[in-house]
Amino acid sequence: MTSTVDTVRELTYAEAIREALAQAMEADERVFLFGEDVGIYGGAFGVTGDLVHRFGTERVRDTPISELGIVGAAVGAALAGMRPIVEIQFSDFTAQAMDQIANQAAKIHFMLGGAAEVPMVLRAPGGSGTGAAAQHSQSLEAWFAHVPGLKVVMPATVADAKGLLLAAIDDPNPVVVLEHKLLYKQSGQVPADSGRVPLGEAAIRREGTDLTMVATGVMVSRALEAADQLAADGISATVVDPRTLKPLDSGSIVDAVVATGRALLVQEAPRSGGFMAEVAALIGDSPAFGYLRAPIRRLCGLDVPIPYAPQLERAAVPQVPDIVAEATRLVREW
Amino acid sequence: MDLTKDAEAAQSALRTMWTIRRFEEAVDDLFGRGLMHGTMHLSIGQEAVPTGACLALADGDYITSTHRGHGHCIAKGAKLDRMMAELLAKETGYCRGRGGSMHIADVATGNLGANGIVAGGVPIAAGAGLAVRMRRQPHAVLSFFGDGAVNEGAWHEGVNLAAIWDLPVVFVCENNHYGMSMAVNKAFRVERLAERAKAYGIPGVTVDGNDPQAVHDAVAEAVERARAGRGPSLIEAVTYRWKGHSKSDKNLYRSREEIDSWRERDPITLFEAAVLGSGTLAEAELERCRDEARDAVRDAIRTANAAPDAAADELASAVYAGGPS
Repeated sequence: MTSTVDTVRELTYAEAIREALAQAMEADERVFLFGEDVGIYGGAFGVTGDLVHRFGTERVRDTPISELGIVGAAVGAALAGMRPIVEIQFSDFTAQAMDQIANQAAKIHFMLGGAAEVPMVLRAPGGSGTGAAAQHSQSLEAWFAHVPGLKVVMPATVADAKGLLLAAIDDPNPVVVLEHKLLYKQSGQVPADSGRVPLGEAAIRREGTDLTMVATGVMVSRALEAADQLAADGISATVVDPRTLKPLDSGSIVDAVVATGRALLVQEAPRSGGFMAEVAALIGDSPAFGYLRAPIRRLCGLDVPIPYAPQLERAAVPQVPDIVAEATRLVREW
Repeated sequence: MDLTKDAEAAQSALRTMWTIRRFEEAVDDLFGRGLMHGTMHLSIGQEAVPTGACLALADGDYITSTHRGHGHCIAKGAKLDRMMAELLAKETGYCRGRGGSMHIADVATGNLGANGIVAGGVPIAAGAGLAVRMRRQPHAVLSFFGDGAVNEGAWHEGVNLAAIWDLPVVFVCENNHYGMSMAVNKAFRVERLAERAKAYGIPGVTVDGNDPQAVHDAVAEAVERARAGRGPSLIEAVTYRWKGHSKSDKNLYRSREEIDSWRERDPITLFEAAVLGSGTLAEAELERCRDEARDAVRDAIRTANAAPDAAADELASAVYAGGPS
């Protein structure tokens, strides 16, 4: 992906997603959006914004509160030649739609012996930090990553919010894009062109020598902030952002761990059965095992539902000081 | 189309019903002899529904089907040898052995697939209808489901979306009286499942599902309405499943007398009597339809048996479209 400097603008994460949606709809008349309040309301988090005025109510289609119906209709529309993009207001609500996601969308291509494709994108915000409590704050990526047939994307930067979404829309498979609500208002540099960020390529956000932190979603920026503080204390950290969990760029993760000999895996989701357990196993199974100077450590959300009170909510998921402390222990004690 | 007066239509309907009957009997037999793997849901006794319904469809129209879907596939024009090959776990099967009985689809004939999840195909049909509408195509979408589906959330959500957007979808309920063992009169407070249509502001009718003419007429009217942009309809076709739900069924929830009373209303026997009585077809022509169906099923078994077994070597790369991930 190449962009000249003058085509790079500062956008928010939400604006970057909206730009990707608009570019995809301009480029391909089969692409359309639907979901709850995506039209005149502009989306619960304002992501779709004014798109209904630009593309009309047929292609930016408001739906009833009907997650299972919406995702099922997306599957049917995809089978019949369209490229639907569904917005589910909170990723927690995908539980309402799980049959169509896990049993239908994910499996149809395989079950039918390759005779059909389901090119659809499901966008949904996850994550805590907004005081929305246990049914509006989960990090459910492990659910989706455990279902063969789904691709799972977690954009952690503003540029990736656009580039990964464009790649997801191009993909002939169902792709779950888990956005993070705390990132929607974050600003960053975004190329104006329609450059894709390929699914399955991790980003090395920072290179260091003492440990490798692998982080997803909002934990990428927390890991980077922690890395700045660690640097002041003489600890040099690599930060790897996998960007897509399915397919996973295992090579980049393994290489980064080989180079530093220590691995700290950071996720917002609860520890048990979380995706970083998969990353830990991947490292343990790989040639990186022989380079490890310390145990592989995970820093995860607690195994609790996300609580409401702000101090409780903060305590439930890793914060920057937690990452700094854990990384320091890992380097100093091993 | 008058199936009992038009000789060509009558033969087509009869051949389809016999083909479904013989196909299901062959599957039952192969299964019983241990020559077929897995589990099967047979539609013997219900042949008039897919036959009457699909005669009202045109090329380009879509269907979604169910776990009891062999009849829908056959009536929509699927190739028997590829269906049988799928059930016999062959590489030449519709799904290359990856789907089996509950996932046979034939996208080329508009069959978007059987479905192992009750009501799973209903919102998918609404979505296919949405695609047809957005692509300005003249097609209709017909969604088959059983009585059990009508109490699933997916059914309500799918029917509602089709209703509010006036999508070209025809919802066909095969009410065969039981969801596995759960009797319809215990699972519903409404007398007729078609009454549920009122809740979505669409037409709903109940027809004799053992009469292909009655099914055809109701579906033809609903398809015309759908193509004209006037939205979906619900048709309840009342029929009966002769065989058990699947191989585990001991028929503990119904009586021998009840099954026998429905066998006396065999849709094929009744239709043959009607076309003979009206003078549309002679006995020899009936015999030819039966023979053609029997021979087609035998050929399908022979062809399928000769095919190579489904191969495991490409399994891991078969999950994602566009190559391995």
